[in-house]
Amino acid sequence: MAPLNTLTIRTPEGIAFSLTLAGPAARFLAWLIDTAVVVMALTVASRFLLPVLALMPDLTNAMITLLAFLVQTGYAIAFEWFWRGQTLGKRLLRLRVMDEAGLRLQFHQVAVRNLFRLVDMLPAAYLVGGAAAFFSKRSQRLGDFAANTIVVRTPRRREPDLRRILGDKYNSFREHPHLCARLRQAVSPEFARTMLQALLRRDTLAPDARVRLFGELAAMLRETVRFPEEATFGLTDEQYVRNAADVVFRTGGPGEG
Amino acid sequence: MIADLQRFIAEERPYWEELEAFLERVEAGPGERWDLAGLRRFFYLYQRTATDLSKVQTFASEPALQSYLEDLVARAYCEVHETRRKGGRFAPVRWFFQTFPQTVRRRWRALALAVAATLLGAAFGGGAVMVDPDAKEALMPFAHLQDDPSERVAWEERQETDRLSGRKTSFSSMLMTHNTRVSITTMAMGITYGIGTLILLFYNGVILGGVTLDYVSGGETVFLLGWLLPHGSVEIPAIIIAGQAGLVIAGALIGWGVRMPLKARLRAAGPDVVTLIFGVALLLVWAGVIEAFLSQYHEPTLPYAVKIAFGALQLGLLALFLGWSGRDASQDGEA
Repeated sequence: MAPLNTLTIRTPEGIAFSLTLAGPAARFLAWLIDTAVVVMALTVASRFLLPVLALMPDLTNAMITLLAFLVQTGYAIAFEWFWRGQTLGKRLLRLRVMDEAGLRLQFHQVAVRNLFRLVDMLPAAYLVGGAAAFFSKRSQRLGDFAANTIVVRTPRRREPDLRRILGDKYNSFREHPHLCARLRQAVSPEFARTMLQALLRRDTLAPDARVRLFGELAAMLRETVRFPEEATFGLTDEQYVRNAADVVFRTGGPGEG
Repeated sequence: MIADLQRFIAEERPYWEELEAFLERVEAGPGERWDLAGLRRFFYLYQRTATDLSKVQTFASEPALQSYLEDLVARAYCEVHETRRKGGRFAPVRWFFQTFPQTVRRRWRALALAVAATLLGAAFGGGAVMVDPDAKEALMPFAHLQDDPSERVAWEERQETDRLSGRKTSFSSMLMTHNTRVSITTMAMGITYGIGTLILLFYNGVILGGVTLDYVSGGETVFLLGWLLPHGSVEIPAIIIAGQAGLVIAGALIGWGVRMPLKARLRAAGPDVVTLIFGVALLLVWAGVIEAFLSQYHEPTLPYAVKIAFGALQLGLLALFLGWSGRDASQDGEA
């Protein structure tokens, strides 16, 4: 079952991909950043208009009123349209507005979700929008609901660097290719994932927890495939798991080419 | 299991990078056009990456790689499976003279309901002031509307100096922004299944009806027409169209007689709602200029006949515009 804060979309080809929905705290922070940007932009614009104020006070006041309205209303619409669902605040916090069905964001969706802010902000501090998002399965405020949009987190895209995790050290398990093949066959993807994640996060674990975790993983591996004494002699549990992960994730190890 | 994840990544990475390059081009310029070979290649890369994602989900164990591929597939998916008409370059003149009036006509049921709510409010407001003149205090939002009409007219006509002198433009901009905010709120209130929109339209009608009856019964019909027609002939229809937009949303929420799921109904209503509300904003810019520069001037500065003639002509032109503009371009259809 997918976690509560994810939206899974299944393509007609039968491939499913999931989008992580942005939480209220991240969205609120992005809004704060955007508000600060709007206030700063208006302050700077007013500074520029100030010298003209004495010469043409009526026109200058009118320009300030119109500018304030246009920037407040149009800032998010313009940025989300030209930056494909991102304002400055959203970009900084790696959030993005997306079509609820995973399709391309349309201009009318961007416009509707942002014009609805006037209602979402009622009576103060986004109370209506916040309540709507709280009760919505997809964290949608009223504007998102009307526009069929969601706000998702965009992950930092990186490929795994197995060399960094597993290292280029000698692996005594590889002296027994038939047992390596048996290990690859016997280890389930879930268990392999657990091994890799344990190795990735080992430095963040408390010493006791680290020893216990790798002890349990090594015990499970020993039950799955038993390597001979000469291959395991002097290995700690953690080294045992690292060797096993190396075998599972890399057919051609450093020694095998 | 993917027997060798590192080799798998090394083999597949060029395809992922090629897909990423395609996506960056598409995302940078919505007007990008490809030839058939380019489209085929893009589709091949999408399918290949989707298959890789499927393998990773089933056989591999690296969340970072899965997340990377999910992101690529999600971005490509929205380009491959998007079937809605791709908007070409925005043509503002064609939009204003064709799309906007066509949309107003196509959504005539919502327009009729918005007009009805306003008229009902006007009847209520007029009736309330007729039955109980003290009701003015409760109904009128502005102090100058609560005075005796004849006294106000006499005061206005005594003015020898221009009381808006030196602040006409800023007054005009204040009117534009205030009225546009009210219109957007009226539209957005459609999310309450139209109840909020109908209440706002009704209340707008109450004020209009109350003021009209007050001035007509006070013998100041000519002043009223001269004062309200120049800007009201655009401003009031604009608010009604904003209400129409709200009722289009409400219609999509309720979905009477439409065999589509809620999301699809909202998706279909979106473009019309945006067209209507942007059209309203433009009308209100014009109304703001007229209200500040023309409506606030009365006899002897400006003859009422001129103001009434201007307002009537404007109303006629607006009716022609909304009723006929863009008719030749394409069939309006009905919604």
